[in-house]
Amino acid sequence: MSALKLLSTPLNKENPITIQVLGICSALAVTVQLKPALVMALSVTVVTAFSNLIISLLRNTIPPRIRIIVQLVVIAALVIIVDQVLKAYVYDVSKKLSVFVGLIITNCIIMGRLEAFAMAKKPWPSFLDGLGNGIGYGLILVIVAFFRELLGSGSLYGYKLIPASFYEMGYMDNGMMILPPMALITIGAIIWIQRSKNPDLIEKQ
Amino acid sequence: MFSNRYIIIYSAIMVLVVAAALTVVAVQLRPAQQYNQRVEKMQSILASAHIESTVKNAEDLYNKYITTAFVINEAGDKEANANAFETDLSKENSKAVAERHLPVFVCINDSGSLYYILPMRGKGLWGPIWGYMAFSSDLKIIVGAMFDHKGETPGLGAEIDTDKFEDQFIGKSIFNEQGEFVSVKVVKGGAPDGDTHAVDAISGGTITSKGLEDMIRDGLSPYQNFFQQIRDSVSSQNTSEE
Repeated sequence: MSALKLLSTPLNKENPITIQVLGICSALAVTVQLKPALVMALSVTVVTAFSNLIISLLRNTIPPRIRIIVQLVVIAALVIIVDQVLKAYVYDVSKKLSVFVGLIITNCIIMGRLEAFAMAKKPWPSFLDGLGNGIGYGLILVIVAFFRELLGSGSLYGYKLIPASFYEMGYMDNGMMILPPMALITIGAIIWIQRSKNPDLIEKQ
Repeated sequence: MFSNRYIIIYSAIMVLVVAAALTVVAVQLRPAQQYNQRVEKMQSILASAHIESTVKNAEDLYNKYITTAFVINEAGDKEANANAFETDLSKENSKAVAERHLPVFVCINDSGSLYYILPMRGKGLWGPIWGYMAFSSDLKIIVGAMFDHKGETPGLGAEIDTDKFEDQFIGKSIFNEQGEFVSVKVVKGGAPDGDTHAVDAISGGTITSKGLEDMIRDGLSPYQNFFQQIRDSVSSQNTSEE
């Protein structure tokens, strides 16, 4: 596959969230506001890209009997580094993300890519594949967070967008959007739209 | 195939390399992380006295408005060699009341009013909750409160850190008419109108609300001797003025 294709297929036809339905838990939890969602997307992208790269570099030295352990050690180390960096440089966001940064370790997307791709492919394609999957995950997170923050809090990236006069005329933020069920419904809507645009994604009956 | 020997050596080297890398990262980032925690604490203390601060100006504002900070013991005597800002309440709360270090922050705001700011820490539903409460110089009323939590349920218990909840405490009192310590109750279903010792609980956040009520009572009751000293000195000033 060409480099571009490695990067672009996870964005649409092999999207980890909407097609493979992986990483849903964090997608529901950290999408209340745009800023934490962006930071989460970036963190996952960094971890998938670099764990793919490292595992691919090591792939011929890893004994098959302990390969899952080796993969987890690499993922866990990267996640801890990301967590420490967030705590040092974007403290407020790291507080909002709280346990979800640590839970990147258990994000199925990452181990899935290591097993399915990095263990068998050369470092550069593996790195791109990790990058693409991280971005594909992040893309959905950002779309969901965009709607949830706009409709749930009337703001985007922390800036108030809905003018005060709207509220005086009786407009109210939708409190439901802040709760996880609406994130699931938003993701459902994205899957619906995506499938209606790509007929070949629809399963034959 | 890989031999057992290879696997053991491989894992040993992997663990050593990863441990070394993580140690370096943790040591390098430690100062920045500690600084963030200090700034957050300063912002919380200032917020309880209604002083808005940003991450950038928190330290300057803290030094400007928090004129003194000291630690007392349960008897109300000052502990000379303890630092109020560095006192870790989670450790203090596990000690016997008589041995606790009780921090007091004194704030003088732009209009010259003096507030006593007292920290508190307790348990919510999922983890720790904590807060700061600012009292008028005669301790008669609460002038501000600031609460925060580690991870209470969003939309329910997590509402304790909203202005809507915190502002209910303004004007309340922790002493009854006779001057006895009664704390402030967090009442499920709504506090009665005009009750100066109660605020509305959060609907759906019963355990967090209860935890907050306990935190306020248990956090402030060790200060009673200190409260008495302040009130004695205020009333003696008043008499001497008359």
